[in-house]
Amino acid sequence: MAEQQHGKAVQTTGHAWDGDLQEYNNPLPTWWLWTFYASCVFAIVYWVLYPTWPLGKGYTTGIKTITFEENGKEVTTNWNTRARLIKEMQTGEESLKQKAYLDKVSQASYQEIVNDPDMTAFVNSMAKGLFGDNCAACHGVGGTPAMIGQYPNLGDDAWLWGGKVENIEQTIRHGRLGYMPAFGTVLDDAQIDALANYVLSFSEDTVDSNKAAAGEKIFKSEAAGCYYCHTTGATGLYSQGSANLTDAVWTVADVPGADGLDAKLEAVKGVIRNGVKREMPSWSGRLSDTEIKLLTVYVHGLGGGQ
Amino acid sequence: MSNTQDQEPQLYQTRIPIYPRSVKGRFRNIKWAILLTAYAVYFLLPWIPWERPNAPSQAVLFDIVGRKFYLFDLVVHPQDIFWLAGFLMIAAFMLFFVTGVAGRVFCGYFCFQTLWTDVFIFIERLVQGERPARIRLAKQPMNAEKAIKLGLTHLLWLLVAFATGLTFVLYWGEAPKLVVEFFTGQAPFAAYATALFLTATTYVMAGLAREQVCTYMCPYARFQSAMFDKDTLIVSYDEHRGEGTAGRHRLGKGYKTREERAEKGVGDCIDCGYCVQVCPVGIDIRNGLQMQCISCALCIDACDTIMDSLGWERGLIRYTSEKELEEGKPTKILRPKVIGYGMMLLFILGALIYNMSKQAPYDLTVAQVRQPIFVQLSDGRIQNSYEIKLNNKLTLPLVLHFELEGLPGAELDMGPFETLKLAPGQHLRVRALVKYAPKVFDGRTRPYRIRAVPDDPALPVIEHEAVFYVPDHKP
Repeated sequence: MAEQQHGKAVQTTGHAWDGDLQEYNNPLPTWWLWTFYASCVFAIVYWVLYPTWPLGKGYTTGIKTITFEENGKEVTTNWNTRARLIKEMQTGEESLKQKAYLDKVSQASYQEIVNDPDMTAFVNSMAKGLFGDNCAACHGVGGTPAMIGQYPNLGDDAWLWGGKVENIEQTIRHGRLGYMPAFGTVLDDAQIDALANYVLSFSEDTVDSNKAAAGEKIFKSEAAGCYYCHTTGATGLYSQGSANLTDAVWTVADVPGADGLDAKLEAVKGVIRNGVKREMPSWSGRLSDTEIKLLTVYVHGLGGGQ
Repeated sequence: MSNTQDQEPQLYQTRIPIYPRSVKGRFRNIKWAILLTAYAVYFLLPWIPWERPNAPSQAVLFDIVGRKFYLFDLVVHPQDIFWLAGFLMIAAFMLFFVTGVAGRVFCGYFCFQTLWTDVFIFIERLVQGERPARIRLAKQPMNAEKAIKLGLTHLLWLLVAFATGLTFVLYWGEAPKLVVEFFTGQAPFAAYATALFLTATTYVMAGLAREQVCTYMCPYARFQSAMFDKDTLIVSYDEHRGEGTAGRHRLGKGYKTREERAEKGVGDCIDCGYCVQVCPVGIDIRNGLQMQCISCALCIDACDTIMDSLGWERGLIRYTSEKELEEGKPTKILRPKVIGYGMMLLFILGALIYNMSKQAPYDLTVAQVRQPIFVQLSDGRIQNSYEIKLNNKLTLPLVLHFELEGLPGAELDMGPFETLKLAPGQHLRVRALVKYAPKVFDGRTRPYRIRAVPDDPALPVIEHEAVFYVPDHKP
């Protein structure tokens, strides 16, 4: 291209190779050049201030520092994004707001929190994350596990250990051991069948009423002793963590998932034969008091706290 | 080299200085009146108090931090952002409508570029004198007089520019408090930055760039021709009358009266140049309609002054249309285009006013909790849960209670929040549990509504649609 757009003739570099070989000189636009120089200056200033160049195992730290608190002591380090995040979490505007809310919640009683829509909303937002990190692995993200059996559903209104905030807090803080002995070696198949018919009779109309009546006798007899924990009315005891067998909620036997009466009976029989052994670990060592409080309110509000 | 450079088209044109001469007349008076009104509104509005319960008592306040715009008795919330679209459409169609009818009246009378330039020219005249004195001052070498006069002009310009910038800032905070904070160094950084930026732009645009803004920067100047037609009112020189058959001629011997001039075929224009001297954009209106013309009508005032002094009839330069000038037919104002613009304008205006009058005093949204989508309750019923979001847009406390409609037999359980009190402007999220015993388990959703009923019967009941999910078999 001998000519530029504006019709200005392009100069050569003034040097000739091999007699007649010349090179056009198209200098960079001035604004571009100055932007480049400014970038260079910026880069050098940046090197001086911030971590930049890798040096073997280390790096040039730069002269800018950042001060934050660690274990009650002030720590000053060279500027880096990780330290900046820590400082931001300690002194950032939003962090301080969150801290103020947390202080308010940690000092309030359960009654005050539950009756205050603002605090409840804060607790639900914050505890959702805590629940996801600590509880959801077993209980499911929304407090409802994918399958009936292993873990209790926290979204319904049936509680094994009580659904008041005090009960829930105790469950989280100290854990629970849910235990029902295996009756497979104690009772014979006919007895287990009768018991299963009795247990199902609370929710199914089609069970054999004779078997159910026989089952009720076994349930209340010393031979099986079911009523020790489940009570004579089969409504369960919070102190034992025993399930209410008369309500519509199934927490161990997957009756809703079974198709047909035989399968449902089989699900109940399985529990009677093999017993139940479930454990909720204690969280007192892993979560702070405030975190336990947040989770208590959250779980209480999920589906039907008492 | 030098030869080729001469041929290169110049992309930058150095500004040719313009020293507009002052003029008195009808249009100048109208312009001063509009200018004073506009300045009064702009500079005084932030200072007008306005009593509101539980809210700032400033008539016009754009509260960014509180996310509310206060305009007298109207409180605009972020949810009302689409009003802005309506407002902008109204502004656009009003501009189209007015341009279609009367050309660039916005440019000449209302545009802040014109208003501020007018004031800056007024200051210039006050300090340096009338046009000839200003030209002389510009030509003379720098001396004490020139330095003082120029310095004073620029100082006054900067003061006006600063007042403009500061006033703009006052719209975004409580003016009496903010102005004290501003001068004691306690105002937010954004306040200083904005004031400084607007001071700079006002000074540069109205003081230094002036008509170049209209000619080179303003997009409206470029596209307004799309709204022009032969019936659009324009400021125009009547060439038939001014030039006659032999062109214009100065007053002089044998050219004194209209009769003498008519005999010689000379028109009414005495070529005094007054219309050119008063023009703020530096054009000669006698060359016809030009892109630079902002329709300020000062040349009409100038020419009318001359015609009056000669005792000739006014209107050698006047508001007219191309049709009237070229075809001699009267200008038709009601044309399909103008009627179309007008109808659109009325329609959008009506829609906006209707919408504003229907502004909900509070917002209600209901979102279903989908994890889990339902749970089995111990009494056999099914429970769905929802997150209800509320936003009290009032400046008063709001007490609400909630009801279900369209789901017979269902129970709403909101714990202690079935009756909820919201502070002025409060946002809240509450969980609602709905318990329902479906007759059939079909895996379908049941549509229904959640109603918020305010205690105050003057406030409207707001409903939100919701669905209840029923599992496909009895759990």
